[in-house]
Amino acid sequence: MRIPVSWLREFVDVPATATAEDILAALVAVGFEEEDVHTFGVTGPVVVGQVLEFTAEPQTNGKTINWCLVDVGEAEPRGIVCGAHNFAVGDKVVVSLPGAVLPGPFPIAARKTYGHISDGMIASARELGLGEEHDGILRLAELGLDPKPGEDAATLLGLNDFAVEINVTPDRGYAFSIRGVAREYSNSTGAAFRDPALVPELQQYAFEATAAEEFPVHIDDTAPIRGRAGAFAFTTRLVRDVDANRPTPPWMVSRLTLAGIRSISLLVDITNYVMWEFGQPIHGYDFDKVTGGFVIRRAVPGEKLITLDNQTRTLAGEDLLITDDSGPIGLAGVMGGASTEMTSSTVNVLVEAGNFDPTSVARTVRRQKLPSEASKRFERGVDPLVAEPASARVVQLLVELAGGTATDIGSSYLKAALPVPIDLPDGYVAKLIGVDYSDAEIVGSLEKIGATVKAGAGALIVTPPSWRPDLTDKATLVEEVARLVGYGRIPAVLPVAPPGRGLTRSQLLRRSVSNALAAAGATEVISYPFHSRAQIDLFGSADAGTAAAMKLANPLDSETPYLRTSLIAGLMEIARRNLARGLTDLALFEVGVVFQPAAGVAYGSAALPVGNAHPGDERLAELNASIPPQPWHVASLFLGDAVAKQPALAAVPAGLADVLASVAQIAQSLAVEIRVAQGSHHALHPGRTAELWVGDRSVGFAGELLPSLAEDLDLPRVVAVAELDLSALIELGRTEVAPRPIVSMPAATQDLSLVVAEGIPAGEVLAAVIEGAGALLEDAALTDDYRGKGVEAGSKSLTFALRFRAPDRTLTAAEASEAKNGAVALAASRFGATLRE
Amino acid sequence: MSEPTPITEQAAAEAVAQAIQAITAASNSAELRAARTSFAGESSPLARMNGSLRDVPNDQKATLGKLVGQARGQVNAALAAREAEVMAAEENARLASEAVDVTAVATRWRPGARHPINLLMERMSDIFIGMGWEIAEGPELENEWFNFDAMNFDEDHPARAMQDTFFVEPLGSHLVLRTHTSPVQIRSLLDRPLPVFVVAPGRVYRTDELDPTHTPVFHQIEGLAIDRGLTMAHLRGTLEHLARSMFGETAKIRLRPNYFPFTEPSAEMDVWQPNAKGGARWVEWGGCGMVNANVLRAAGIDPDEYQGFAFGMGIERTLQFRNEMNDMRDMVEGDIRFSQQFGMVV
Repeated sequence: MRIPVSWLREFVDVPATATAEDILAALVAVGFEEEDVHTFGVTGPVVVGQVLEFTAEPQTNGKTINWCLVDVGEAEPRGIVCGAHNFAVGDKVVVSLPGAVLPGPFPIAARKTYGHISDGMIASARELGLGEEHDGILRLAELGLDPKPGEDAATLLGLNDFAVEINVTPDRGYAFSIRGVAREYSNSTGAAFRDPALVPELQQYAFEATAAEEFPVHIDDTAPIRGRAGAFAFTTRLVRDVDANRPTPPWMVSRLTLAGIRSISLLVDITNYVMWEFGQPIHGYDFDKVTGGFVIRRAVPGEKLITLDNQTRTLAGEDLLITDDSGPIGLAGVMGGASTEMTSSTVNVLVEAGNFDPTSVARTVRRQKLPSEASKRFERGVDPLVAEPASARVVQLLVELAGGTATDIGSSYLKAALPVPIDLPDGYVAKLIGVDYSDAEIVGSLEKIGATVKAGAGALIVTPPSWRPDLTDKATLVEEVARLVGYGRIPAVLPVAPPGRGLTRSQLLRRSVSNALAAAGATEVISYPFHSRAQIDLFGSADAGTAAAMKLANPLDSETPYLRTSLIAGLMEIARRNLARGLTDLALFEVGVVFQPAAGVAYGSAALPVGNAHPGDERLAELNASIPPQPWHVASLFLGDAVAKQPALAAVPAGLADVLASVAQIAQSLAVEIRVAQGSHHALHPGRTAELWVGDRSVGFAGELLPSLAEDLDLPRVVAVAELDLSALIELGRTEVAPRPIVSMPAATQDLSLVVAEGIPAGEVLAAVIEGAGALLEDAALTDDYRGKGVEAGSKSLTFALRFRAPDRTLTAAEASEAKNGAVALAASRFGATLRE
Repeated sequence: MSEPTPITEQAAAEAVAQAIQAITAASNSAELRAARTSFAGESSPLARMNGSLRDVPNDQKATLGKLVGQARGQVNAALAAREAEVMAAEENARLASEAVDVTAVATRWRPGARHPINLLMERMSDIFIGMGWEIAEGPELENEWFNFDAMNFDEDHPARAMQDTFFVEPLGSHLVLRTHTSPVQIRSLLDRPLPVFVVAPGRVYRTDELDPTHTPVFHQIEGLAIDRGLTMAHLRGTLEHLARSMFGETAKIRLRPNYFPFTEPSAEMDVWQPNAKGGARWVEWGGCGMVNANVLRAAGIDPDEYQGFAFGMGIERTLQFRNEMNDMRDMVEGDIRFSQQFGMVV
């Protein structure tokens, strides 16, 4: 909301010395965030000039310029070159003299041009920041002005004024008016406030319903929304014989311009002006285009209306309409219709000041995608009692500025729910804020905002003013007191929470896994979860095919409307971005949630419980069940070199080993044993894919991308990825350790080489060795995988280093060998392994 | 059986002299080993003399035995001394040969990094853990009731439209990507016994295009305290504690009136950042207020018995002003150079 300061001063005493910053600071203190300051950007000597004579001089470039002698109130006229032709000798114009600066900034200097020294510039309206008009210079006569040469044109045109811009929160609709902001400025500073709705001169333009001739208005709302009729107030007034072609006076143009409203024509400008001043949207009808009286009703679904912006609107049954005998002529509270629009030939104006249900207006705006200054105010609540004085103000301006004649023809309707009295229990303000306000502070603050306060039994009975529909319970009154006394009064007191239990196991382990992966050399990233169908299909499931995924109704990018079911595609996207920036060796990881709807399940709720009551356990369970599972996942990606080439060290390309190492790091950090088994995945290399298991539960996969796929995605041939269900791992990990006592008896170490068929996974042979060797085996590790001379084709020799130890004695070689034989026997029975001699 | 070697003082002295000459001449352990074999080994002159002692008349045995013993002792001492010298020299030579340029030692490790957004969330969470609060969490894809209705957003309230919400298909299903961490407030109140003191860090979504100051996916941390007798003064005390923990002992909080559907009274909070690079300053940090009675009612809590406060701030925004960052895009693009500047510490 922009507030031209000259306008503000009409209704509240702003000190003459107050700067924009001072005014904003006063408004910030009562809860209006500062946004900006607006000026015309005109400084220096800008004066009225009178053209004494001019000579048209054709130029070689085809243009004709005028060499003018202009009286600017000095002893001698000035010579000025002017390119425009819309003026005559004797015209009063605006001259910016050397030293002036026009908006741009555009500094003016005496300069040589077209063979003359031009000693200033004759300005157009646009050059002065007063609108878009730039077909010619601004002739002051057009504005109805006839000042003396040399007079300060900036003052004359209101170019010295400035506006402050504040942010108005949705609960404070009344502050979308000079009236409301002036009141708040007064609340903040104590400066005297004069309510524009109570200005005595308005009385003579007020509509006396009893004595007047009724303009027929029929309110016929057969489909109120949430039980509320669409129109709270509706007044009309007829003003006859206006001159639609009179110029809008410069002070009004200046104020509207600073307020951010384009000056259009006197009649339209007046309606906008009053809306800004009172916060009451005004609609003006060309009365001669209205047929019959008005009916305010809901639309018939499919009914059409051409709005002022010349768009044909197809209406819905909830849209509230103003209609006459011809049909719809306006969307109530949102936008008028084209058929009754005021134009330059309008003579008689029917002024409408209505007040409409915020919900009805909001829904129409959303449905028609048609936000307007009017709807913005109605959505937030307009004072229903201001329709009458605002209407009188429009009549006053139509009479005074447009030469109209006020009539007694009109109508008045008011059926608004005014704010009801609220009990403010004694001590409640202190109880909520923690400050012992005095009674005078509490009552004084509430009266300042326009409420009436009466003493009740153990409570104040507070009736909010008509413009504060937001004051609905005692807490809202508390805010008013705290705000006007100042939030600075609130002390800082640290509350004592009951003893907490620290991080949950899941929170602790998620940190643990992230720290482990980063310490091991991977970089954590946070990717967007918006994926394309192709991305979902790639890693949504291990088999090719369409995985179930949640889809956004309003994605930012229509290519990526799905919510990720896997983290890998995000990592690949980030890898590509890094590669494009020349970062070719990558180890990335992400810990995040994925969205995994079960196939065939319809999630969501058809209807919602009300917000201000517990929905009941059953309904709550339904709400919780309406959301698809969102487990935490962890994923890693490696490409390029895992070890860079360095002195005396060859580069080691990243691959399956690195991604399996990251799986081991994850397992270690979560205290879970992950078993690696040969696996398959449609997006991964058929021979380089591992499925990851905890017990008999599959918890993820690791592998290298299918090379053809990597190539298609502009990635190098070898990209190793892993993804694990972190929520499952946290659930499956061991929660406590019962450590074995550490034995100091000597160990016996032996090597064991077994020959097995090539296709048998070494990990499974190792598992058999461990199982078969029995309790004396302390540790076993695969140290070699040999194929070739001495080993039969199709077989391989696996060598294991075994370490045996007994808890209570030194092992004999015979005991160790016996245990080893147990290992051989089990491997032989399970895989046909033979001892390699 | 060889001839007995005569044992004379002269012979012994000669043997010792020869041995010492050879030992002194040995410049490495191989030569020293050869010298040991020649002059202290089984067939060395002194060893042979020692063997001949068997044949010496008894009355000379003591004298000659002592003579040979002393000679052998001299040789062994010389060997030991020289051995120490040679070994030291050889160890020194080996160490010299093993010297490397420590500024260019190859490594198999590379530095990784946490994302500073997550680190900052953990840091802020820990401040509250230190006060006995707990960390609460909730789903990112949320039912509208938790995101809006229970947080006192009326179905038609303009605040609800102003949230720029991502909706999930089909439209009437009332599922949204949560627009704030506030649904965790209502979930905490529904799930936990009173009093409740929790913070909810996490990811939230708004339909803003990515630019230097906006990202459609960002993070917030939100606090909620509900107990008997909590006031706005406790809110300020909590925020000041947080500010001091993060920005130093002279940090402080300023509250300005504002509006949120889920709090009443509501405030915008600014933090006085005493150590900002360009000089101490006020910075807009987040929103806060006393929890609206309707939110408590939605959780089945009697607002006349319990009351409390809530607050929330953006993590990206906090990182932005705390670490003097101009462009939020660096936080979301995943360029490894960004996180690696932070490493493991934000």
